[in-house]
Amino acid sequence: MTIGLEHYLAVAAILFTLGILGIFLNRKNVIVILMCVELMLLAVNINLVAFSIFQGNVVGQVFAMLVLTVAAAEAAIGLAILVVYFRNRGTIAVEDINAMKG
Amino acid sequence: MDLAIKLIVFLPLVAAALAGLFCRVIGDRPAQIVTCAALLIAAALSIFVFMRIGFGPADGKLVVVKLFSWIDSGTLDIAWSLRVDTLTAVMLIVVTGVSSMVHVYSVGYMEEDPSIPRFMSYLSLFTFFMLMLVTADNLVQLFFGWEGVGLASYLLIGFWYDKPSANAAAMKAFIVNRVGDFGFALGIFAVWMLSGSVGFEEIFGKAPQMAQMRIQFLGMDLPALETACLLLFVGAMGKSAQLGLHTWLPDAMEGPTPVSALIHAATMVTAGVFMVCRLSPLFELAPTALAVVTLIGAATAFFAATVGLTQFDNKRVVAYSTCSQLGYMFFACGVGAYSAAMFHLMTHAFFKALLFLGSGSVIHCLHHEQDMRKMGGVREKAPQTFVLMWVGTLALSGIGIPFILGNGLGFAGFYSKDIMLEASYGVHTTVGLIAFWLGVIAAFMTAFYSTRLMFMTFYGKYRGDHHTWDHAHESPAVMMIPLYVLGIGAAFSGLVAYEWFVGHDWHAFWGSSIAVKSTEEVLHHAHEVPLWVKLLPLVMAVSGIALSYYYYVVKTDLPARTVRTFPGLHALFYNKWYFDEIYEAVFVRPALAIGRVLWKKGDGAIIDGLGPDNIAARAQVMSGVLSRFQSGYLYHYAFVMLVGVAGLVTYFMLSAR
Amino acid sequence: MLLQALAFYVFAAVTVASAAMVVVSRNPVYSVLFLILAFFNAAALFVLIGAEFIAMILVIVYVGAVAVLFLFVVMMLDINLAELREGFLKYLPVGALIGAVLLFEIFIGLGVVGSGSSTMTALDKAGAQVLAVDNTRAIGRVLYTQYFYLFQVAGIVLLVAMIGAIVLTLRTRPGVRRQKVGEQLYRPKGDAVSVVKVPTRGGV
Repeated sequence: MTIGLEHYLAVAAILFTLGILGIFLNRKNVIVILMCVELMLLAVNINLVAFSIFQGNVVGQVFAMLVLTVAAAEAAIGLAILVVYFRNRGTIAVEDINAMKG
Repeated sequence: MDLAIKLIVFLPLVAAALAGLFCRVIGDRPAQIVTCAALLIAAALSIFVFMRIGFGPADGKLVVVKLFSWIDSGTLDIAWSLRVDTLTAVMLIVVTGVSSMVHVYSVGYMEEDPSIPRFMSYLSLFTFFMLMLVTADNLVQLFFGWEGVGLASYLLIGFWYDKPSANAAAMKAFIVNRVGDFGFALGIFAVWMLSGSVGFEEIFGKAPQMAQMRIQFLGMDLPALETACLLLFVGAMGKSAQLGLHTWLPDAMEGPTPVSALIHAATMVTAGVFMVCRLSPLFELAPTALAVVTLIGAATAFFAATVGLTQFDNKRVVAYSTCSQLGYMFFACGVGAYSAAMFHLMTHAFFKALLFLGSGSVIHCLHHEQDMRKMGGVREKAPQTFVLMWVGTLALSGIGIPFILGNGLGFAGFYSKDIMLEASYGVHTTVGLIAFWLGVIAAFMTAFYSTRLMFMTFYGKYRGDHHTWDHAHESPAVMMIPLYVLGIGAAFSGLVAYEWFVGHDWHAFWGSSIAVKSTEEVLHHAHEVPLWVKLLPLVMAVSGIALSYYYYVVKTDLPARTVRTFPGLHALFYNKWYFDEIYEAVFVRPALAIGRVLWKKGDGAIIDGLGPDNIAARAQVMSGVLSRFQSGYLYHYAFVMLVGVAGLVTYFMLSAR
Repeated sequence: MLLQALAFYVFAAVTVASAAMVVVSRNPVYSVLFLILAFFNAAALFVLIGAEFIAMILVIVYVGAVAVLFLFVVMMLDINLAELREGFLKYLPVGALIGAVLLFEIFIGLGVVGSGSSTMTALDKAGAQVLAVDNTRAIGRVLYTQYFYLFQVAGIVLLVAMIGAIVLTLRTRPGVRRQKVGEQLYRPKGDAVSVVKVPTRGGV
């Protein structure tokens, strides 16, 4: 059977959903949250590239590259924050991060 | 003449205002002087008005002084105006006379009280309302006075407001009166509905038409005038303490003795009788209502006399005596002898006020002792009071020598009581005969208990505390002079006024102030009754006195033995035929229970619970629930955002379809 | 065609499975490794569709830099092997339900399930397109001409990220001596040199 656009989109959708579920289902540590963000960005990238290829417009891939750039920058900053947080708190268990409790 | 009438009515009000509002400025003695002076002037003017109206020319029998308009709304037009005819003039004499004597007496009786100006002010205020009532030209103004005397009665009964029993008695008086007032108001509404007016002239003019009308009430088709008159009589029952609405009168003795003398002997309780006489043109055309009036009056006369036989508080004995005599007046009205009822009202005012003030003098002498079992032999210490009390007692019992000097020679009650009983026999109706026999038995009992009071108080050995005995003394002059004045009234008013009220001059005297046609018939029959009827009341009275003498002076152990022989009957009489207990169980407790349920459940649980309290509780609960959203955990927030996104997407997808 | 389809399904399955394992793994190091696996398979999917430049960039940047960074941090922080707390199981039903709903809606919206919108059907073309030029050249033609400013801005973003990461994690340790060049250069003559009268044959 021919692999059409919708197959790639389906894969991207599943990855995206898994990333979202991972954010609030995980109870272990914050790094998994950051990794789930990366998963979601990967799903978006797959979407962009698939559309670009199937429409014959290369702009989608350019955009995917820029998304990549930003994802990398954001991962770096996120991890830096995590490291500083760990230095101050001594733990990165998700359940202990409730200082915003109102 | 107009000025005199206005002064009579409004001087007490001015005095009450001065004494009441400026008591701190003017002090005790000036307050007493102002109020007593105002009342004495009003009394003098009343005598003048009485002479002019009662014995003046035939066309001057009615004076109407219009003051100013009150309600002018559509077809309802009520004005403040003072109507003075013979009926009013008689009441003016009674009210101002007794009231002025009570004012003077109170100067002496209340001299150790801390709130003298308040007392005098209330007394004058009461007098104003009573005068307003008797000079009313329309039913609404009469109701104004009616309510006002009820208010003043409440204030005066509860004068010593730090006594819980006084407070309870004041409330009881007001509430029981209120039940009567409800009937009275319904009666006024009915009269207005039937005649389109509330002024007396108009109502009396339309009375014959009203007698033919019928009224629909609670699904029943009733004769209109009978219904209206019955409702109006319910009001009179409440105000005049007739059987059924009488429970407040004995408890009203919690007030100071001058109050009992003024209000609960001479004036307020007679307002009911006055009202029935004033509305006699209406009542004449409602024979069923009159029959009811007769029966209730006779029953009250009998009932109160039985209870008075057993009481030990001297004021209570006199109170039950009042209740009984009011019953006499009502059954006299009921058989159509309105002028006889008014005659007895006047004489009764004098001797009953005398008896009350005399009892007050005894109480004052024995330093506030009211229980007769602790009295005895007081005549040594208070001889003048003793003589005057005998005058009052003989007047009440109706003692006199018949047939000499034309109408007989006797004390006031002799004349008035006898004419009432003769009238009730003379009409030859069943209710009249019932009333006659009940009245005769009550006369026997009246003589018995009145003289019982005299013997227990003034004769024998003193049974009380010796310290009190040593300090006992006769009352001061300021208290004795009113007693003498009232004593003169009690002794001679019957003799003097017989011809005017019920004798041959009655038509010239009364004019058209009371129902004419039937009165003429009734009085005619009354004078024609057989000899034994004329003598029977006197025989009853004398035998009552003799029996009482035997019981309380000769063989003093007989009372106790009689009580032991008839324990059930004695318990029935002593406990006032258990009326208070029945009312407590049937009306008071359920009413309180309903009130409590409505308060706790209705107001508290439902209205407050669903309203403010509920909203506050919901707010608290909701805030507790909502605050759980702010958990501080990022993944909770992310989850909520996800749910929101899913919801929004679903909504848009479904709305795009 | 069959091989293509098979390759697609294999790579897609592995991607999805390793993404699931990222979330579920107990050991955080395993999670990072599974993330790397997911990236690799996604790159393979890109190659399959004809965007080989993007695929290689994915491998170099994501796997080579970002995932390694993750690994460094995981190893650096003293993370206990946390057992699966019971919160996971408590929220799983609701979360799975919400996730399923969302997935289903994305499928509907994108035309994977059902008819989809008309735009989607117009876009559905069979197979990957063969381009006139290869992927790298095509991207280069557009990126350095039309989207040049975006390219530069992307560079600045990376610069800022780098500075930010350093600023956040910089620790000044007490007791460490540092050279203050400015002070050295501006040292006054009086502090540096002092004239000492040395006696003959005396020495300093």
